[in-house]
Amino acid sequence: MLMLSNIHWVLLCTIALGALSGTVSALTYWKNQSLMSDALSHAVLPGVVISYMLSGIKQTTFMFIGAAISALLASYFITAITKHSKLKADTAMGIVLATFFSLGLVLLTVVNNMPNGQQSGISSFIYGQAATLLKQDMQLTIMLAIIVISLILFSLKQWRLFLFDPHYARLQGLNVNRFERLYLFIVVLTIVIGIKAVGIILMAALLIIPAAASKYWSTTLAQTIMLSSLIGASSSAIGTWISTQGHFIPTGPMIVIMASSMFTLSLISAKCKAWLSRINLKGLS
Amino acid sequence: MYFTWLIIAAILVAILCSFIGCFLILRKQALMADAISHTILLGIVLAFLVSSSLDGLPMLIGGSMAGVFTAALTEWIRHRGIKNDAAIGIVFTTLFAIAVVIISVKTSHVHIDVNHTIMGEMAFIPWELVSVFGLFEAPRAVVLLVIAAIVVFIICLGLYERWKVIMFDEQYARVIGINTSGYNYLFMLLLSLVAVAAFDAVGSILVIALLVTPAAAAYLWTNKLSVMLILSTIIGACSALIGLLLAWQWDTTMAGMIALVTGIIFTVSFVLNKFRRIA
Repeated sequence: MLMLSNIHWVLLCTIALGALSGTVSALTYWKNQSLMSDALSHAVLPGVVISYMLSGIKQTTFMFIGAAISALLASYFITAITKHSKLKADTAMGIVLATFFSLGLVLLTVVNNMPNGQQSGISSFIYGQAATLLKQDMQLTIMLAIIVISLILFSLKQWRLFLFDPHYARLQGLNVNRFERLYLFIVVLTIVIGIKAVGIILMAALLIIPAAASKYWSTTLAQTIMLSSLIGASSSAIGTWISTQGHFIPTGPMIVIMASSMFTLSLISAKCKAWLSRINLKGLS
Repeated sequence: MYFTWLIIAAILVAILCSFIGCFLILRKQALMADAISHTILLGIVLAFLVSSSLDGLPMLIGGSMAGVFTAALTEWIRHRGIKNDAAIGIVFTTLFAIAVVIISVKTSHVHIDVNHTIMGEMAFIPWELVSVFGLFEAPRAVVLLVIAAIVVFIICLGLYERWKVIMFDEQYARVIGINTSGYNYLFMLLLSLVAVAAFDAVGSILVIALLVTPAAAAYLWTNKLSVMLILSTIIGACSALIGLLLAWQWDTTMAGMIALVTGIIFTVSFVLNKFRRIA
């Protein structure tokens, strides 16, 4: 599905995105919020559409601001529902996801009924269109990926405290609320960058699968982060490459399939390792 | 007749989803609705490739099998040391991605297209008629929904006491000899059946909305399962009716509008309950 002329940009862009979302997936996994990324990536839709309605152009900056606002609102609502009623977090996520997304769809049909609104297709938001990535998108993605990854790696110690023992972190004088906001901002940033390439539904996959796969190989947070960003980047590279090999092979879904193949391989090899060590133990005794 | 069938179909979907949604929420499996409503797409696509028709029966079987497969695979991965929500996320995004790839590669000229899966094509419901026992003609979607409704109501109400025990005290249920894991898969089968029948009519986003939101709104008002079931189906049916009317009024997506109305009803219930507790 990709044009040969921009294939290098697209490849670089998806690799940077894979590395970024792999890194962030390690944070969401250990914060027990894997499906929060699914809810938030659905929730950006109304923000994207409203910013498009207001500005009249598909400009990345405007879309980014709109998306960020609606994702932050969604996460606020999810917290508010769980805090102020007997409903559990997963129910709250389901409600917010469905309501925000349907609001987005309703607004989108309104836009499409407007006289000059024909160019905003629904599928490009939902499934992503890697082939439409521009050189600017690539530069932006790479820059943000480098900034976010280095930000996380440089404050790794604080992140470890924040993720695994927030109470102790507070005792140590860490501003947990600020970290909470920073964490949310990073997740939303990653989602918004990724939506153009892989789409809303499959963005969640990139924020869940790499960390789960790396979990079988690593023991420390640093290892998990490195490994899952590596898994994210390589599955993006292989998935994008495969989608250039045939017609009609969509890039986003292919990347997800590659990531989960790596997850499956990790799971099987962990199983084999356990099995081998059991045999070894038997041999020794 | 056109609008009548549309209203009947929407209300049937709403009643069915918001009824089984109560069980879903009380079992704390709300996000399985999200997962299953995506993965049945794979079942439908595979059923289409095997039977090369978009008939009701292969679709129901394929979709339900995909739903149960999702639940089983999630469970399996969860027992391999992955956290529950991550396991759900891995399984459903992967199966959905496989379905999208198969659709794009294999079936670029058929009726299943990717927008249809999200928003549904409610406007087409009244045009695909099938004959019922040679007596009269009804839209295919309505027939499927009625079949699903009969199965669901018989199993849910017939085993009502058992479901109640399992939902509120699973440990106790196991102690008194109820096969909880068997019931879990039975429930997943019912959920997938509902999701497939509804999905064909209204698309995945409305399935999620109707499974989770009316039940959650009803749960805010009551602690009694029977009251919650009745309230939830009423809320579901009202949102379907209001949503359809608003969608016709403003010429926008019917499925999206109904989903939005469920969200609004939930918001109102939430705020009112907040005041009720303060007062």
